[in-house]
Amino acid sequence: MKLFLGFIKKEFYHILRDRRSLFILFGMPIVQILLFGFAITNEINNVNIAILDHSKDVTTKKIIDNISASKYFSINAFIQQENDIESVFKKGQTKAVISFEKDFNQHLIKNGQATVQIITDATDPNTANTISNYVNAIIQSQVKELNKGIDKGYQIIPQTRMVYNPELKSVFMFVPGIMTVILMLVSAMMTSISITREKELGTMEVILVSPLKPLQVIAGKVVPYIALSVINATVIILLSLFVFKMPIQGSLILLAFETVLFIVTALALGILISTIAATQQTAMMISLMGLMLPVIILSGFIFPISSMPLVLQIISNIIPAKWFIIILKAIMLKGVGFSFIWKETLILLGMTVFFIALSIKKYKIRLE
Amino acid sequence: MSISVSHINKSYKDIRALQDVSFEVKKGEIFGLIGPDGAGKTTLFRILATLLIADSGQASVAGHDVVKDYKTIRNCVGYMPGKFSLYQDLTVEENLEFFATIFKTTIKENYHLIEDIYKQIEPFKTRRAGKLSGGMKQKLALCCALIHKPEVLFLDEPTTGVDPVSRKEFWDMLKRLQQKGITILVSTPYMDEASLCDRIAFIQDGKILEIDSPEAIVKHFTKTIYNLSANNMYKLIESLKTYEHAHSVYPFGEFVHYTDTRDVFDIDELQHYLKNIGLNDITIEIAKPTIEDTFMALAK
Repeated sequence: MKLFLGFIKKEFYHILRDRRSLFILFGMPIVQILLFGFAITNEINNVNIAILDHSKDVTTKKIIDNISASKYFSINAFIQQENDIESVFKKGQTKAVISFEKDFNQHLIKNGQATVQIITDATDPNTANTISNYVNAIIQSQVKELNKGIDKGYQIIPQTRMVYNPELKSVFMFVPGIMTVILMLVSAMMTSISITREKELGTMEVILVSPLKPLQVIAGKVVPYIALSVINATVIILLSLFVFKMPIQGSLILLAFETVLFIVTALALGILISTIAATQQTAMMISLMGLMLPVIILSGFIFPISSMPLVLQIISNIIPAKWFIIILKAIMLKGVGFSFIWKETLILLGMTVFFIALSIKKYKIRLE
Repeated sequence: MSISVSHINKSYKDIRALQDVSFEVKKGEIFGLIGPDGAGKTTLFRILATLLIADSGQASVAGHDVVKDYKTIRNCVGYMPGKFSLYQDLTVEENLEFFATIFKTTIKENYHLIEDIYKQIEPFKTRRAGKLSGGMKQKLALCCALIHKPEVLFLDEPTTGVDPVSRKEFWDMLKRLQQKGITILVSTPYMDEASLCDRIAFIQDGKILEIDSPEAIVKHFTKTIYNLSANNMYKLIESLKTYEHAHSVYPFGEFVHYTDTRDVFDIDELQHYLKNIGLNDITIEIAKPTIEDTFMALAK
C-alpha cells in the first residue's frame, strides 16, 4: 500500500509540475463549455415561416399580423393545403409552418378553444425549439388580449409538431455532450500520454525492474486522474447550472456515480492506448483520432444517431460515450432514476471491465 | 555464482544481437563488458535484468532463472540503463525517495550504502533531476539503483558522456560498493576503465571474444607493438598500411601503433622506408601492449 501511495504521489508531482497538461486539464473544460454553450444558445432572427390558414377569419388574421410584425419572423409563403407543407419544407427556406384549423374563430367563440399547429423543421433541433416557443408566445399574448375583461377565458391550443427529427434529440444536449467529450479527452488522452512518457524517457525500464506489479502501476496512473476528472465534471455541472441555467432533474448522487463510472471507462481506454503506442505523439494521435472523433460524431452528441445510416447506427453501439450521453440525458433532462438506465449502466460497466482486463493482459512485463 | 550466462542467443529480425554468449560472474566481482557501440551489451543487460527474453540459452542472476523467476530477480537487483532514466521533473530527493518506496525501503534504512555518493549531490537535493550535470545525473541514478541494497548491480555504460574527473570518482565508488559484497556487471566503451575491473569480457558483434582479468588479457597479445610518430600523421598511417610487412596499423592517441608480420624485424629498415616516402621527425619505439591493443587484435 505504501508502495502504491508512493507511486501516486509521484504522479501528482508530474501533473502539477507540467503547466501545459495542467492547462489542458482545467482550462479546456471551462473554455469549451462556455464556447459551446454560447455558440449553441442562438437567438433567432427573421426566420422564414409559411402560413396555412384554413379559416381566414378575424382572429387568424390578427395572429398572422402579429407574427409578421415581430422581428423574429418573416412570412414567405401562404399555402393552401396540407400537401404543400412538405414541399415548402423541402425547398429549404422555410423553417416552420403555422396551420390554423378550419373555422378557427367560430370554435374559439363557441367552444372557448381552438387549435393551431406549429410544424417545425427539426433538422436543426435548437432552432426548431426556439421557433415553436416564440410562435407560442405570440399566440398566447393574443389570447391574453382576447380574454381581457372576460370571465370565461378563451384558449388557443398550440400543437407542436416536429418534422424530420420528431424527438428533438439535442435540446440542452450540449452539456451532456461536452461533459462526455471533456472527460474522454482528459482521462484517456492524459493517462495514455503519461504512461507513454515513461516509456519514451526510459523510466518504464527502471520501473519494470522493480517489485511493482502491473496492477499497481496501472492503478497508480489511474487514481490521480480519477480525482482530477471528478473535479472537472463538477466544474462542468456547476457551470451549466449557474451559467446556462440548465436544470438537473435527477439525483445528483446517481449522476456522480455514473460519471465516475464513465471516467474509469475512459481511463481504461487510455491505458489500453498506452499499451499499443510507443511514443507520446502516437498516444496523442490515437486518442484524438480513435476516441475524440467517434465521441463527437458517433455518440449522438452533435448528430442524432437515429438519422444516421444503419451501419453507423450499429457502430455507435460500441462507443462508450453514446451510452454515457444517454445516461446523462436521462438523469439531467428527464430526471429518471436508476431503474430506467440500468441497462446502459451495465453496458458501460461491461465495457470498462473489458478494457481494464485487456490492458492488464496487454501490459508488458518486459520490453518488446 | 552471482551471474551465470550460458549459450544465450538473441536476434532482432535480421540482426543477430547476441551469439552463443556464455560467462560467469563470481559474487562480489566487478565484471566489465568491453565493446564498441552496437556490440550487444545493452541487449545482454536487458536479458539479465529480465526485460528481454533470449531466443535460446539460459541465464541466472543471484541463483534465479531470468525467465522463470523474474519477479524474484526484480526484487534483488539494481539496474541502471544506459539512457538516463530518472524523472526529470522530480527533484534529486524525490527521485531517491520514490525508488526507495517502490523497493519497499526508505532512504534512512540504506543510507550507509549510498552515503559516499549521495553526499556529493546532497547540496543539490532540491534541484530537479533534469537540471543536473551529466556526472551528477549518473551519481543520482546510481544512488537510485542502490537504495534497496541489491545483491547484483547492472550498470549499462554508466560513465558515457561523463567528464574524466567524475568518471574516476564513479569508479572509486564502484570499488567501495564491491567491498560491501555487491556483484557488479558494468559495460563501458572506454578501454581505460577496463583495467579497473576484476575481469573483463571483450564483446563485438554479439560475440564474446575473450574473457580474463585485465592483467592476463594483455598477455594474449603476443606480437611486439611499436609506437610511431612523424611530422605528418595521416601520411604516416597511409604509408604504414602500404608497407609490405605491416600486420596492423591504427592510431593510438598521439602515436600510431604498429605490428609487423615478421617475428624479427629491423627498425632501421622501416625508418628508412618512411624517410624515402618523405616523412620527417620519425620516432619508433617498443610499446607495452594495452587492453585496447588486445581488443583491436582480437576484433580484427
